Amino acid sequence: MSPDRDALITGLAALAADAPEGLLDRVVARWISVAGPMGPLYVAFTDHGVAYVRIGQAVGDSAEAFAASFRERFARPLLTADRPPAGLLPALRAGRATDLRFDLRGLTAFEQAVLGAALTIPKGEMRPYSWIAHQVGRPRAVRAVGSALGRNPVPVLVPCHRVVRSDGETGDYVFGPNAKRHLLDTEGVNLSLVDELARRGVHYLASDTTGVVCYPTCPNARRITPAHRHGFRTVEQAARAGYRPCLHCRPVPAAGA
Amino acid sequence: MAALGDDLDAGFVQLFGAHRQVVFSTALRVCGRWADAEDLTAEAFLRAYRALCGYDRERIAALQPRAWLLTILLNVWRNSRRSAVRRPQVAPLQQAPDTADPRGSVELMAERRETGLELAGLLAQLPEDQRVAVVLRHVSGLSIAEIATVLSCPEGTVKSHISRGLRRLRRLCSTQALQAPSDVQEVPE
Repeated sequence: MSPDRDALITGLAALAADAPEGLLDRVVARWISVAGPMGPLYVAFTDHGVAYVRIGQAVGDSAEAFAASFRERFARPLLTADRPPAGLLPALRAGRATDLRFDLRGLTAFEQAVLGAALTIPKGEMRPYSWIAHQVGRPRAVRAVGSALGRNPVPVLVPCHRVVRSDGETGDYVFGPNAKRHLLDTEGVNLSLVDELARRGVHYLASDTTGVVCYPTCPNARRITPAHRHGFRTVEQAARAGYRPCLHCRPVPAAGA
Repeated sequence: MAALGDDLDAGFVQLFGAHRQVVFSTALRVCGRWADAEDLTAEAFLRAYRALCGYDRERIAALQPRAWLLTILLNVWRNSRRSAVRRPQVAPLQQAPDTADPRGSVELMAERRETGLELAGLLAQLPEDQRVAVVLRHVSGLSIAEIATVLSCPEGTVKSHISRGLRRLRRLCSTQALQAPSDVQEVPE
């Protein structure tokens, strides 16, 4: 044995350790295509959760285009996944992703709060941007809410399509206004009723049997029979008429109102 | 490295497979904590990928991947320590103390009994320059020339860090051997 190969050197060499299994998945993201509400849905996820979502239409139904836009935005390697991340398929089926894990590390605290508030809007319902602003404790930051939702990296799952303008217009969407209306329609939102109410200046519906005022897409508003239904332009007008805000949809005053 | 020029992501997976052990071992023995070593390794490979995104074929072909990855790792480690000093971690109290190595204790005990040393713990007592050089040479198995590239210093300096580090380790070993069963380690220096 050479003087170099003594116990100390042998001991040091034995200190080498292999990297734990799964370390690669702390570096790379993985992607998969699943059936979504508008055809294929491309989903990229990391060990932290779902990071990026695009509808097929937005990437020309091309996995390469999806991967390229992912890499440009996240600068992380993207490999194929054997199976969808836990909870993705149930979340898509239910239209509710509150239990799904998301990787929103690239976003500001405000953007994360906005997405967290949007996540709570139930399938088939809509809330105005001002509602989100109230939920995140920044009632005047309606515009900032709009931009935060516009940068939503995980649309469809975080349902920013359920956030609309206070005047009843559906407003902008990452995949365009038509996709937004299409998604809402698939979820069972009665858009023609909402449009018709908006034309008459009605943005809140109240019931004189329950004394409650709601957003028009709230399940409690949908149950009101025409004879007992009263429309209001603002929630303040409804309050003056003696109606209290619904505890389910929690209507708030529109910004600037 | 040819694969990296053709398909970056597939090439990156190969690069990871080929070098994950040396990068992780180095991280573990330089920083001394398993969880930190995982963080450092993941961060180093991610930075490597981001750098590769901006490299052209020639630059990628000319890379010495192992030395390059370890250079990145040591930068990540120095930066993480610097920021840890700037904002000291609070509230680690409710967490269980991080083990230095969660591998099977049997394997580890055998290793320790064989050498009679708590080598990993002793390494931590070396000054940084010596520890890094000794780890790169004797744990990770780099040549003197490669270490000189990684640390961007002359080979003579590398050799002197290594020999001083080894001399100090031997001294620490014998000190510890004398106090064997005790946990107290007063190391005169």
